[in-house]
Amino acid sequence: MPTRKKRPKLAVFKFASCDGCQLSLLDCEDELLLLADAVRIASFAEASSRVLRGPYDISLVEGSITTPHDAERIREVRAQSRVLVTIGACATSGGVQALRNFRDVKEFARVVYARPEYIDTLATSTPIADHVKVDYELRGCPIDKRQLLAVLSALLSGRTPSIASHSVCMQCKLRGNVCVMVAHGTPCLGPVTHAGCGALCPTYHRGCYGCFGPAETTNTGGLEWALVAAGASQEDIARTYATFNTAAPPFRRAQEEQLVQIRLKEGRRG
Amino acid sequence: MARTIKVDYLARVEGEGALTIRFKGDKPSAVELRIFEPPRFFEAFLRGRAYQEVPDIVARICGICPVAYQMSACHAIEDALGIRTDGTLRALRRLLYCGEWIESHGLHVFMLHAPDFLGYEDAIAMAKDHREWVVRGLGIKKAGNAIVAALGGREIHPINVKVGGFYRVPTRAELSALLPALETALGDAEMCLAWAARFDFPAFERDYEYVALRHADEYPFCEGRIVSNKGLDIDLHAYEEHFAELQVPHSTALHSVVRGRGDYQCGPLARFNLNFDRLGERARDAAERVEFVPPCHNTYKSLLARMVEIIQALDEAIRIIHGYAPPDAPAIAAAPRRATGYGCTEAPRGMLWHKYTLDEAGLVEDARIVPPTSQNQKCIEQDLWQLAPTLAAMPHAAATRRAEQAVRNFDPCISCSTHFLRLAIERED
Repeated sequence: MPTRKKRPKLAVFKFASCDGCQLSLLDCEDELLLLADAVRIASFAEASSRVLRGPYDISLVEGSITTPHDAERIREVRAQSRVLVTIGACATSGGVQALRNFRDVKEFARVVYARPEYIDTLATSTPIADHVKVDYELRGCPIDKRQLLAVLSALLSGRTPSIASHSVCMQCKLRGNVCVMVAHGTPCLGPVTHAGCGALCPTYHRGCYGCFGPAETTNTGGLEWALVAAGASQEDIARTYATFNTAAPPFRRAQEEQLVQIRLKEGRRG
Repeated sequence: MARTIKVDYLARVEGEGALTIRFKGDKPSAVELRIFEPPRFFEAFLRGRAYQEVPDIVARICGICPVAYQMSACHAIEDALGIRTDGTLRALRRLLYCGEWIESHGLHVFMLHAPDFLGYEDAIAMAKDHREWVVRGLGIKKAGNAIVAALGGREIHPINVKVGGFYRVPTRAELSALLPALETALGDAEMCLAWAARFDFPAFERDYEYVALRHADEYPFCEGRIVSNKGLDIDLHAYEEHFAELQVPHSTALHSVVRGRGDYQCGPLARFNLNFDRLGERARDAAERVEFVPPCHNTYKSLLARMVEIIQALDEAIRIIHGYAPPDAPAIAAAPRRATGYGCTEAPRGMLWHKYTLDEAGLVEDARIVPPTSQNQKCIEQDLWQLAPTLAAMPHAAATRRAEQAVRNFDPCISCSTHFLRLAIERED
């Protein structure tokens, strides 16, 4: 038998999330068995009963931190991981469940549960990078599986992964789409949203809703007049930023600016 | 002698759960399917959102069955707004749902459940000895995903679903391009059913109450009455009068019961038992060839029901694509009004019931979502109670594996089950 270099250990960990980003790995139907030849899948509860002990060469982390127990667990994961890659909006910005950060979580628990005292939860949903050092981030709700494969193959071949940080607009132009905002007056977050999806929404004749979170540089103030010109109210704009990356700072600031203006308007009326 | 079977982190299920069975002697003294998936409070933050945003938000409840959430939400909101999608738009929705069933069932049958029957830790280990079956399974799964990606824009959290229809409808050529892979998958699925029918299914039966939608002439996806084999036959508006949800300390998901009776099972085996006569010829013939016919009260065989539903969904997807001509408009128009609407569709794991109250401006005042895994939770625990004496007689490792397999029979989606479940009261009535 030819001697073979020991294959690197890959682990997948889940925190508060919908499971969609780790499912992206299982959705690589053509590559999955090849990948399983290139790495040892050491811990991936959604797919396997097998758990190998750490340390792990590459850890993929899905989900946000919402419980005291998970705040501890992510430290253990970090300690066991050589390279830690966060995957998806929950892990990189706190996800849709971060809507609680700006409200009263006890009130939320009362809406959902008859006995909220059974529920152990933190007042906030926070990204992994608020708790431990993160080596690479993959954006998106969900992540794009081609980006995931690109990052994994870069790491496995010892290259530094390169992930484009420009806006959806750039990908939209490359795809040859007609601009939905300019041509059809459809409100679109493409100018301020991180690339990665391939400009899907404009390709399907709808405006981008920001599921990849803010691009590296954003001008939400500049976008505001275009959204208003396209017929969006200030309430609409505030809600549009308050979704899957609501706690990402540029999107949070854009919401707050709208909310301040709404309150001023109401104050004048009142 | 006190003995405990304990699984601290259930594998090959979607989401975070654990299992404890305590014995006093040979008798079980406690069975707990503990769900510790952190709650995400969807029903709370849906309040104040515009109705147009709801399909995209609820999709995020579950990465495995986002289409189900989008479909139940759209139907409920359309019910509130007083509109109905018919004809080609309705057919396209069925096509999208077929894609999700094929993908989700394919994942469960080949990657999560089959390894239990053949004695592997996962599909990758299984592929070392049974590579051709894993490859066929991945091909089937991929064919389902291709439908969702073509019609929905991407496999997970599709972007093309809206209240009233779609943002953009596909061209004939875009859908026809899917046909070769779907035809191959259909032939493979028939072979895989015959393969799976030879698995060694543990002898285990229980007198279940099965609950599923039933439609006048179709295998159920988005419409129908809620029926059971114990005499239930109700309109989906009447759901709350007939079902209750109970909160228990050991779970962040609520337990559902039929009022006055108790636990029930929803999902593929329930649909199969209640709707066998609504299957297309291709799926029915395939099931009959392997002598898998209703009534079947062995939930380990839910794997076969999933395979039959894969065949049904592939067959139906092919039929829809052959008959497709793009409609004039991608969606029908709607205007906001104050109303409450109900929607219930068959997610891969079972019935998914939604209710929304909208205000005059079309903002959500109240939302209630009942996902399939919370409905099955009590049923899973009851199965484990009945299984416990068998487990007590088995070596510990084998008993633990068998108990986990019994949980996986339901393809539990724990991420789904925890994130809502509103309940005003804890009651037994």
